[in-house]
This record gives sequence, structure tokens and C-alpha cells, in this order.
Amino acid sequence: MIRFLVNRLLGMAVVLFLVCLFTYVIFFVLSPDPAVQICGKNCTPEAIDQLRANLGLDRPFWAQFWTFLTGLFAGRTYGTGANAIECAAPCLGYSFQTSQPVTDMILQRLPVSATVAIGAAVLWLLAGVSAGLLSAVKEGKFADRFITGLTLTGMSIPNYVLALSLQFLLVVTLGWLPFPQAVPFSEDPAQWFANFLMPWIVLSIGAAAVYTRLTRANVIETLQENYVRTARAKGLSPGLVWRRHALRPALTPIVTIFGMDFAGLLGGALITETVFGLNGVGKLAADSITKNDQPVIMGVTLLAAFLVVVGNMVVDLLYTAIDPRVRVGSAT
Amino acid sequence: MGDPASSSPPASGRRLVRAFLSDRVAIACSAYILIVILMALAAPLLVKLSGHGPLEFDQAAVDSNLGGLPLGWGGGISADHWFGVEPGNGRDIFARIVYGARVSMTIALLATALTSVLGVVFGLVAGYFGGRIDMVVSRVMEFLMAFPALIFMIAVLSALPAENRQALLVVVISFFGWPYLARIVRGQTMSLKQREFVESAKASGASSAQIIFKEILPNLSSTIIVMTTLAVPGYVGTEAGLSFLGVGVVPPTPSWGQMIASSVPWYAVDPAYFLFPGAFLFLLVLSFTVLGDRIKKIAESGEGRA
Amino acid sequence: MSTATRDEQPLLRVRDLTVGFTTAAGETNVVKHLDFDLARGGALGIVGESGSGKSMTSLAVMGLLPKGAKRTGSIELDGTELTTLRERQMQAVRGDRIAMVFQDPLSSLNPYYTVGTQIMEAYRSHRTGVTRRAARKIAIEAMERVHIKDAARRVDHYPHQFSGGMRQRVMIAMTLSMEPDLIIADEPTTALDVTVQAQILDLLAEIRRDTGAGLILITHDLAVVSEVADHIVVMRDGDLVEQGPAERIFCDPQADYTRMLLDAVPRIDDEIGLLRTTSTEETR
Repeated sequence: MIRFLVNRLLGMAVVLFLVCLFTYVIFFVLSPDPAVQICGKNCTPEAIDQLRANLGLDRPFWAQFWTFLTGLFAGRTYGTGANAIECAAPCLGYSFQTSQPVTDMILQRLPVSATVAIGAAVLWLLAGVSAGLLSAVKEGKFADRFITGLTLTGMSIPNYVLALSLQFLLVVTLGWLPFPQAVPFSEDPAQWFANFLMPWIVLSIGAAAVYTRLTRANVIETLQENYVRTARAKGLSPGLVWRRHALRPALTPIVTIFGMDFAGLLGGALITETVFGLNGVGKLAADSITKNDQPVIMGVTLLAAFLVVVGNMVVDLLYTAIDPRVRVGSAT
Repeated sequence: MGDPASSSPPASGRRLVRAFLSDRVAIACSAYILIVILMALAAPLLVKLSGHGPLEFDQAAVDSNLGGLPLGWGGGISADHWFGVEPGNGRDIFARIVYGARVSMTIALLATALTSVLGVVFGLVAGYFGGRIDMVVSRVMEFLMAFPALIFMIAVLSALPAENRQALLVVVISFFGWPYLARIVRGQTMSLKQREFVESAKASGASSAQIIFKEILPNLSSTIIVMTTLAVPGYVGTEAGLSFLGVGVVPPTPSWGQMIASSVPWYAVDPAYFLFPGAFLFLLVLSFTVLGDRIKKIAESGEGRA
Repeated sequence: MSTATRDEQPLLRVRDLTVGFTTAAGETNVVKHLDFDLARGGALGIVGESGSGKSMTSLAVMGLLPKGAKRTGSIELDGTELTTLRERQMQAVRGDRIAMVFQDPLSSLNPYYTVGTQIMEAYRSHRTGVTRRAARKIAIEAMERVHIKDAARRVDHYPHQFSGGMRQRVMIAMTLSMEPDLIIADEPTTALDVTVQAQILDLLAEIRRDTGAGLILITHDLAVVSEVADHIVVMRDGDLVEQGPAERIFCDPQADYTRMLLDAVPRIDDEIGLLRTTSTEETR
């Protein structure tokens, strides 16, 4: 067990290191000189040189990369002497646009992304699993075919099309929901809830469709298992057979996929946050892309990679807890 | 209850085609896809018929007093502008949809082709040779699949220069897409490798390349067809999504995703502006998804019976 | 070997049993007009190749036919007609009065629960008001009866922690805990190693001796039936080929098909007793 954990942690570190390297190469080597961008239009060669020195761009690539990495863990100092700026760990650098520390910018927006992700996850898990169960029970009947049709539609509709359609329908035409306005929960809970309702729905529809299909397929497959036949041969009631012998094996893989999807979403729902004007990490990423604010894009990318990798790991651990075949090795 | 099945190779092509042709939903989906492809191919011709090019401004079709809102009902639908015009500059939406189909289809199909080639080749090689090669390929696949692909694609595309965006989109999408096919091809190759016909080919002195391409690849065809059909809608959506976020196709070249993106500020006053490209995009993704689903079912039932 | 006494009411009486499926290709019967009896405490071997309908026969008796299957004819257990019972009533029969041992013990046990839980759950669902402790004791006892060593500890292990033969013992323990009147074993040894096969067959014979339960042994392997059964039914393509006392079938088969099956088992003609001596060595 401990060896497994150590192995996983090492693998995780390797993936994260490679992500760092990849993003670093792309942003600081392939893309146009950041110093020129920061400096703006009326810029002298001297000013550019000064900026390059401050940013450490005059040093060789590996030295720069090393500074970046140590900055992540121990913080780093920009410039020298009186102009020196201390950037505390985890240091992701400063935004070219606002000169704010990237870490702070991300941390400020994380709660919004988390709210979006948690609400959507609850919705799609409930909707997906229950629709999938219903579909499996009614296999081949009308309800099953109806749900299958719905899932295909749900999987196919791009979320920004859905977002615009919902907004047009519910806000503009029917007036059921107020126009989105950023308010904290404590001030106006109703408006706050209304703000998040549409993003939750939009984000959950596609995933709910996928989970429905998965649940349906897993349950139908599990019902074919020999041990379900054994359970029936023992004279257990259909309810017991379902609850104990079909559901647990069928839903276990869903738990694992859920972990990864949720982690992916925490790193920001770019499109949905943009469309609904929610100030989360995703919107931050989208905005910095348009403004070509490289340190911010890089910070967000690293955060997303970190969350996905950690999500993978949590799922692996969870799996060992759920599946006795992994938890206890064979004794004989 | 083993019905007396012949020992001929499974999934005889003709029966699959017949099963497919009797499936009305599958036919409808194929018809829509065909229409979009034809539309893309004949774009210059269609635009000549409608009378407006995709980049042509038409200030007469918009009301400059209302901030450039299209004149007339449904976003300016008229005999002149069949699907209306863009608010602001009055570009013809029909022309932009038609040209946008070119972009969507080209990128999605090329990305699918490239993904399939990469996925099949790496999957076959890893599954057939096993050992160290398999280990390396598998590690790379795991790494790519653990990657936050969408955000990374955005990052890469935003960092790289804008010229030749379309080719870049294809490469970037395929780079992150191939492991999903390769994983399945690898698994099936590993089990096919153990079968008698491969063993006998090996015994009769066939080279690895001959075995891979003549014995194993043909047996993977139905899997590959199903996987690729199911991959296309994903890539249509990815391209549109990337263009929506402004890192895909560069304006003024039209793309459906980008059209929808530029309609965001107008959705409340001019819903037709997002509804047209939105509907075309949704139907295209839906058609490919349903088609892939149907083909999968037909292929599976074929295997079950043979 | 004692033959069943015909004058008393048999434990199981099957008459004109037909099992059919309606498929796209039309109607196919996988079991056709089957008649047989099983005496109280008797052991019946149903022999046939795969696709002969022997497994469908056992599922028909259990009322566990797959979806879409149609069953006609009569199945009487101790004078009670099973085919007309409602699903709820049939649930009470399953496990409690008729228990079944399946071919592949690994896939037939749920990997998510300990073997103890799986032995207990049948017992607890049939006998109301049984405490966990009591059920656990019953499970351990059942495991001891099938000669699983260290049962008090093993009861908390998961199926994957057992060897193939031990898993099949767990399956048998599961049936034993209910003390059924009839045990149906469907190819119980096919998935096991040759050396373990004999042990499992011996165990089945021992249990029949000790509990007086009737046994139906379904197999494609005549050597296996020779070990346990006193009456034999030979099936092919859903038809009854012939049936009779085991000695008669082995020494004087009437049908060509039975003869062919016998020829496929070279050892049988030499010495039935030979098998017996090799397999009665209790190894565990």
C-alpha cells in the first residue's frame, strides 16, 4: 500500500514536471518576447534590456526554468536592490496587464469556479445516475429509448449554444430569471442562486448525458454477471439482488470517472464562465488569452494540470478503498 | 444456444450495409452530413447564387441608428439575405454559414484522419511488439490522457503565431486525441496476436509488417470505423469551441464557433444571429454522434450473430 | 449402488418439459418434451454436449430462465407444482429448498463482498429474525462442513483470496447453510484443475450421504457422472436420448449417441473403481 502510494506520488510529480516544462517552453521560448510586450509601443532598447534583466530573460533557458520552478516552491525575487519585488511561494509571476501576482488573481477567483463546479457536479451526478438506472430497468421500452434520445441530444449540444439559448429563453423571452448581476451570497441569496442556476444546468447537461449512458451500460452489463444469477438462485428478492449485487459493482466505475471530471471542472469552465460573465478561473483564462497575458495563462494551465493529476490520484486511492480486489491482495 | 454459424470471417460487409440502409435514423443523419459536405464543397457556387460573399459588408441591411441591428424580421431575413445579416456590418449569414462549413468539416475530418493514423499505428505497434515499445507508448498515452487537454490546447494556440491556424488546429487536436483510439487498438491487437490465424501466418514465415497489415488490421476495421465516427463530432465541437474562445480560426475567415462567439453581445436583441450557426453546429454534432452510435450497434449485433 | 425405489413419490418429477425461445429466425426449442424423476436422496446425472439443453433444464427447474424464454410442462417438487408458483413463492423455494452450484465459482461469487456475507445473506433472507452473530456461526459451520480450514478466519475473506477449488467449496457451503432438499450442480468441476475436480465430486457425494439431499449433476463428462450419479439422463439437441440406472447406461448403452460419448471416455470401461480410489484421498 505504501509502495503504491509512493509510486503514484512519483508518477504525479513526473507528470507535473513535464507539464511545467511543456508550458514553459511554449510560453517563454516559442512566443514573442514578453519584455517587448510589457514595454509597450514607445519603448527604448535600453528599457527592454532593463526589463529582460528584471525578468531574468537574459539568462539561459535552463536557468530561467529553474528559477521558475524554485519560485513555485520557495518564492523568488524580481530585480535587484531597491527595485526588488518579493514574490512569495507559490510564485507564478506577475500579470503583464495588471501587474498583480498571478497566484493572488487565481486564488481570488477560485471560489466562483468551485461554486460552479460543485453545483454542476451535484446536478449531473443525480440526473445522470437516476436517468441511467431508469433506462436500464426499462431496457428496450419507451422510457429507455426516450432517455437514450435525450442523452444523444445532450451530448451533442455545444454548451455555449445551450447557454445562449437558455439565456434567451429564460431571461429575455419568458423573464423567469433575472439578468445576471454579480452579488455575493450574503447580500441577495435569491439573485446569487439565479446567477448560478443557468451555469449549473449548462455545465451539467453534457456530463449528465455521458453519465446516463455509462450507468445504463454498467447496470445492464452487471445484471448479466454470473454472481447476479447466483444471488437470484439463493432466493434473494429482486430488490436485494439489485441493491446489493447489481448497483455496487455497476456504480463503482462511475465514482472514479466522477473524480476526474470534477477535478477538471474546478480548474475553470472557460466557455460557461465567459458566456455568463462569472468571474472564475475560467474567465480569467479566457480573458488573458485575448490579452495575451502569458504568466496568467501559464498559471491557469498549471493549476488545471495540478487538479487533474491530483484528481487522478484521489480516484486511484478511492478505487482501492471501494474494490476489495485492489485493497486486499490475493492470499492464496 | 449456438445456432449453426458458419466459420467464415465475421461481419460480412454486405449484411452490415443492408442493416444500415434499413435504419431510417442513420440515413437521416448521413443525409444531413452529406448536405453539409456538399455545402462546403459548393460554397463559392452557392454564394454566387445568393449574391453575397462571406466578407462582403452591407450597411443597407442594418440600422445604424439602433447600433447596427439588422433591419427586418428574424435578424434581417429577406429574399436578398436568406439567413439574415450580422448586426453591425451586415455580412450575409448564409454565406458565412456555407464558408464556415468548409472550416468545420475540413478541420474535423483532417483531425480525425490524422488521429486515426496515429492511433492505429501506435496501437498496433504497441500491441503487437509489446515489451519495451509497448511500455514507452503506453506511458506517453497515459501522460497525454492525464493532461488537461482543452486548456492546454488553448494555451498552445494562444502562444503560437496566428498564421496557418487551421493546420495548427488539426495538429494540436490530433496530438491530444490519438491515445483514445490507440488504447483500444492496442488491447484488441494483443488479443488478436494470440489467435490461430496469426500464429499460422507467423509459422509460415510472414514478416511482422505483413502480419500487422494483412492479418490484424483487417480484423480491426469495424472498431476503427466506429471509433472514428464517434470522434468526428468531438472534433467538430472542439474546433468550434476553440474558435469560440478566440484561439481557433482567425477572423475574418468564418467558422461556426466563431460566429456564435461574436453573437454573444447580441443574443438578447438578435437571437437569429446565434440560432443559425448554433442549429447547424448542433445538428452536425448530433448527426455524427447518432450515426456513430448506430454503426456501433450494427457492428456489435453483426459480431454477436457471426 | 442403490436404485431409486419407484413406488414412493419422487423428490422431483419433471414431465413434458419444453423450453423455447422466440427469435428473429423463428421459434426454437432448446429442451423438448423432457421426462425424468429424481428419487428422494437420489443422484441424477444429466449428460450432454454443450447446446444439448442440459443447463436450460436446470434453469427451468430453478425458474431462472433468461428473458424471453418460454417454459411449458410440469415440474413437481415433493408434490408441489413449481411452474404455477408466483415469483414470490418461487423465491422462497430457491436457495431454501432447491440450491444451485454453478460452473465458474469465481464469476459466480460477487467480488465486492466477503464469502461469509454471501453465505449469510441467503440464510438471513429466508429465515427471519436471525441475528448477525447466529448467521455468522452458520456460515462458519457450513464452511467447516466443506472442509475449508481455518473457517473462522476465512469467513471474512473475499472470493479472489481463495483458490479455484476453495471457491467452489464456498459455493457448496452457500447451498449447505440452507439444508436444501435438492442440490443442482451445473458443471461444478469443469472450470477446475483435474486434481481438484475429484475432491469436489467427493465432497458432493459426501454431502448427499450426510444430508440426504437429492442431487442433480449436470455435465458433459461421463467420467464425472460415473463418480456420483445412480441414475443418468442423456440429452442431445434438447431431446432425451435415453435414461436409466447408471450401471445399465455404462455397461449396456442403448443409443448410438451414448455409446459414442462413452467411447470418448477411455478409462470408464476399464475400471470404474479405479477413479474412485484415486479420488477418495482426502487432501484437505
